[in-house]
Amino acid sequence: MELVAVFAPLVGFLIAFLFGKQIGPRGAQFVTCTGMILAAVMSCALFYSVILQNDPRVLHLATWIAAGDFEVQWALRIDQLTVIMMCVINIVSACVHVYSVGYMSHDPARARFMAYLSLFTFAMLMLVTANNMVQLFFGWEGVGLASYLLIGFWSHKPSANAAAVKAFVVNRVGDFGLLMAIFTTFVVFGTVQFDAIFTMAPDKTVDTFNFFGFEIHALTLICLMLFVGAVGKSAQLGLHTWLPDAMEGPTPVSALIHAATMVTAGVFLITRFSPLFEYAPFAREIVCIVGAMTALVAATIGLTQFDIKRVIAYSTMSQLGYMFFALGVSAYSAAMFHLMTHAFFKALLFLGAGSVIHAMSNEQDMRRMGGIWKYIPTTYVLMWVGSLALAGVPFFAGFYSKDLILEAAFASGSWFGQMAFWMGIAAALMTAFYSWRLILLTFHGKPRASAETMAHVHESPNVMLIPLAVLAAGAIMAGSMFYGAFANSATSPGHTQDIKHVGDMVSIWDKDYFFGDSIKVLPENDSVVAAHHVPKWVKLLPILAGALGIGFAFVVYMFREGMADKIVRAFKPLHTLFYNKWYFDELYNFLFVKPCFVIGKLFWKGDKNVIDGLGPDGVSKLSRGIAGRLGVFQTGYMFHYAFVMMIGLIGLVSWFIYRTMGS
Amino acid sequence: MTAAVWNWSEIIPALPEVFLAVSAMVLLVLGACQKNGGLKLIGTLSVAALAVAMVLTLKADWTPVTVFSGQFLSDGFSSYMKILVLGGLIATIMLSMRYLVQENMGRFEYPVLILLAGVGMMIMLSANSFLSLYVGLELQSLSLYVLAAIRRDDAKSSEAGLKYFVLGALASGMLLFGISLVYGYVGAVGFDAVADTLAAATAEGTVAPGAIIGMVFILVAIAFKVSAVPFHMWTPDVYEGAPTSVTALFAIVPKVAAIGLLMRLLFDPFVSLMPDWQQVVWFLSAASMAWGGFAGIVQGNIKRLFAYSSIGNIGFALVGIVAGTADGVAASILYMTIYMIMTAGTFGIIMMMRRNGVAVERITDLAGLSKTHPACAYAMTALMFSMSGIPPLAGFFGKLVVFQALIASGFYVLAVLGLVSSVVAAYYYLRIIKVMFFDEAEAPLDRESAPMRTLVLTLSIIFIAGFVLVPETLMHTSQEAAAVLLPAND
Repeated sequence: MELVAVFAPLVGFLIAFLFGKQIGPRGAQFVTCTGMILAAVMSCALFYSVILQNDPRVLHLATWIAAGDFEVQWALRIDQLTVIMMCVINIVSACVHVYSVGYMSHDPARARFMAYLSLFTFAMLMLVTANNMVQLFFGWEGVGLASYLLIGFWSHKPSANAAAVKAFVVNRVGDFGLLMAIFTTFVVFGTVQFDAIFTMAPDKTVDTFNFFGFEIHALTLICLMLFVGAVGKSAQLGLHTWLPDAMEGPTPVSALIHAATMVTAGVFLITRFSPLFEYAPFAREIVCIVGAMTALVAATIGLTQFDIKRVIAYSTMSQLGYMFFALGVSAYSAAMFHLMTHAFFKALLFLGAGSVIHAMSNEQDMRRMGGIWKYIPTTYVLMWVGSLALAGVPFFAGFYSKDLILEAAFASGSWFGQMAFWMGIAAALMTAFYSWRLILLTFHGKPRASAETMAHVHESPNVMLIPLAVLAAGAIMAGSMFYGAFANSATSPGHTQDIKHVGDMVSIWDKDYFFGDSIKVLPENDSVVAAHHVPKWVKLLPILAGALGIGFAFVVYMFREGMADKIVRAFKPLHTLFYNKWYFDELYNFLFVKPCFVIGKLFWKGDKNVIDGLGPDGVSKLSRGIAGRLGVFQTGYMFHYAFVMMIGLIGLVSWFIYRTMGS
Repeated sequence: MTAAVWNWSEIIPALPEVFLAVSAMVLLVLGACQKNGGLKLIGTLSVAALAVAMVLTLKADWTPVTVFSGQFLSDGFSSYMKILVLGGLIATIMLSMRYLVQENMGRFEYPVLILLAGVGMMIMLSANSFLSLYVGLELQSLSLYVLAAIRRDDAKSSEAGLKYFVLGALASGMLLFGISLVYGYVGAVGFDAVADTLAAATAEGTVAPGAIIGMVFILVAIAFKVSAVPFHMWTPDVYEGAPTSVTALFAIVPKVAAIGLLMRLLFDPFVSLMPDWQQVVWFLSAASMAWGGFAGIVQGNIKRLFAYSSIGNIGFALVGIVAGTADGVAASILYMTIYMIMTAGTFGIIMMMRRNGVAVERITDLAGLSKTHPACAYAMTALMFSMSGIPPLAGFFGKLVVFQALIASGFYVLAVLGLVSSVVAAYYYLRIIKVMFFDEAEAPLDRESAPMRTLVLTLSIIFIAGFVLVPETLMHTSQEAAAVLLPAND
């Protein structure tokens, strides 16, 4: 069961990639989709056996590396946390696979595309099933590679190649952090196995680590390094610049990798290492602050963008910010909850956007859309569902998870928790606003596209709509069904009455039971429990903010046509700042990219003239020279040969005579 | 030394040699009685005779025993080397039968000469005194001179034979002169007596310079036989001029015998002069590796190229001897074994190179082989990768073990030189692959089936590819052979 859930995508990838030509695009689509659906079904089975029957396990496959004290196993760690991730990954991935069959139907290289999608899924599964840091790193790099390949899938577009390279390079910075974390862990703990690390962690709270001459609290250092890794992969502020550009990839890729799964790897990583983060309060503080700032900054940028996919991309970044500040206040289960609900509604939004783009003949600019809701009603409805969930409107998935995060942040009682709460409320307002800005600009108003495009507008085929429907079901239900599982605790039985939810049927809907030992929260840090005792206004404020945002969007984009421009003019400097994404790209260009090019050119020229000249080119020239010189001896005359022999003999004899005389 | 009473049982340890010598003479008579076209029969019988000799050697008792008044020694080392030599000879005859017919040189003397050379080599390997050494060496050399010139009507072949003969005579002269010097200063020609006297003199610090000079002369003569630089000058010309089948023989077999003889000399009579001869062999080895590597780069003729390749490879085999340890000798033996098998395969391909019925031997003639003869091209690729020492093929392990032994003995400079040379030499091996796979063919080579040659080639490929799976067997055997030669160091 575990093996099928993890390796079916690999098999799909291998068949589609190696024999793509032989089995043709249809065969590749069939193989990969079958593999994924199988994997998804198996994950659901695992959900039942591991979580509901409380039976976490570790499956050893083989020894990977054994060098002295350092031993690394191939193993599948199937615990509750893993299974939640597996369900999310496999279900969303299965939807995206099926959707891609329709979306990519005109692409000549669709067999390769399906293969890459499966490869990505497998790498992601390797990441979440890892039982040690090295295997985790393997999966981590694997998803990075798949992401690179898929962003640059349309390799004929220079912008796609640039975006792929950018994603890869920026991620390297994060990967470096993760590597440092692995190294430090090995130095401090002497092992990279999760179990051993987590058991030892409470004893290591006073250890320090000499880092560039500074004695630093070892666990804090490890956690911060892990966080650097997470920042890269999860596009948090600082290393976020690659995510919007990654939208150059085909839309299914954006949905799967850059919204639902890979970018949440950072959240998973920190949750996995919760036993360490619990003993590193300073690291959690940093995580919380960065997360909150990301949530806010990304939301402000999202307000101003016009590319439909970029708006959603910034919203993804903003939602990831929510998850991170939840992690920062020890609300791991809340973060995982939001991760899950977000995966559903964000994949839905992306695939919906893909459906729109498909309908609009590959137009992505919202300024050239509008008025198409009656032509593509199904997509329209599904986009509404996604947006409602995103904006946190009650009873949709996002509402439960986002509320839980905000309440936990407020309840944590720390100054940064409070700050994160207010920034989160502000971001929630903006989220609601730009979600409806997107809907109104895209579907309502007068058509702004060319007549030719408008004539082509058509609803997507069923093969694309059915996955959307599955995801929509998730976006509607996932929140209410699993609220108890992620939020309730045996220590706060009274809370369940606060919000009506359908999931509270059995006693297992309780986060202590649901997660078992896979996450660790110290009782005094447990902000999720504390979240049940916040004042009423804290619970109502997010809903209010959402409603305000939606209302405001209707006013600006539906009822008062010219108002948007007026607002833009009134807040010119702010708008420019937001529109240009806070000038992060320009700053990085100036600070890193340009100097790198200058240094690169210097080395390139230097390498060509100096190193190549003296090295490869010079040596080969020299070799040929020597060879030519030696060839001169080979005259063909026998007396020359005899002469050389005699010289050799005399030389050797002289050497010995000289030595005998000398001694 | 008491004069031994002649005893028929003395002949038993030398049975393979005696058998081979008798068969050679019988076959000579038999061949003379045949009308033209006796080649096939004589060739087949020669292979059979060699095979019988091989079985006799295998079945013989490998405990050291000297016979014929201390002239002849049979032990584990000589037997192992003899099996190599006999195997090499069988492979050469099997490779060349078809070629001889095609080139119209199908004379029955050809296999008989090979048998006689074989007898010479076996005597060399079993020599226990300078006299038997000389007799064996000359028997082998004279047969090879004739073989090199066997195409009397071909100017190049005659030239090759003559060059080889004259320079070989010069080397023989040096050998004899060296032997007389050693005899003069040591007073003995038997290996055991020489070893004892020199050991005693070394202990007292009174080794006569003349004895050392004599040893240098002898070493130079053997260096000529193994074509170590600077006594290699004949090699490219003879390899190119001689018929390809003879070149294959030269490349595959005599060097194994000569290296075996060299080991016997250095670790038996001259073992107490090790610090002295290490210097000579160090120089020969370094010069051969470098020369073989560099000079091969500019060659256009594939036979000439493999002349330089063999010079370089001898340098690597000498590396193990320089180390002066049992591990080093074992490494050298293993290296020669692997080299021999790779070369057999390589010449199998070279002899296949014919266009419109005419043998061609330029490297560029191989162009486009991957399209016209893919199996051949891949076989050659494996052989060339192995020659240049790329894992996991056998050639890599050959180089690995000799350098391991060398490093263990602390000769770092030579190790670095050797590695650099092997990188340089890799150029011409890889170039062949490049030509086969990336260059456009002018006209495809002929297709022909030569089952015997294909068999040798296939076995060679199986060996170089499969060695990595069961390396212990051969390594163990070569270590045992080396242990016989250096019992003290073990």
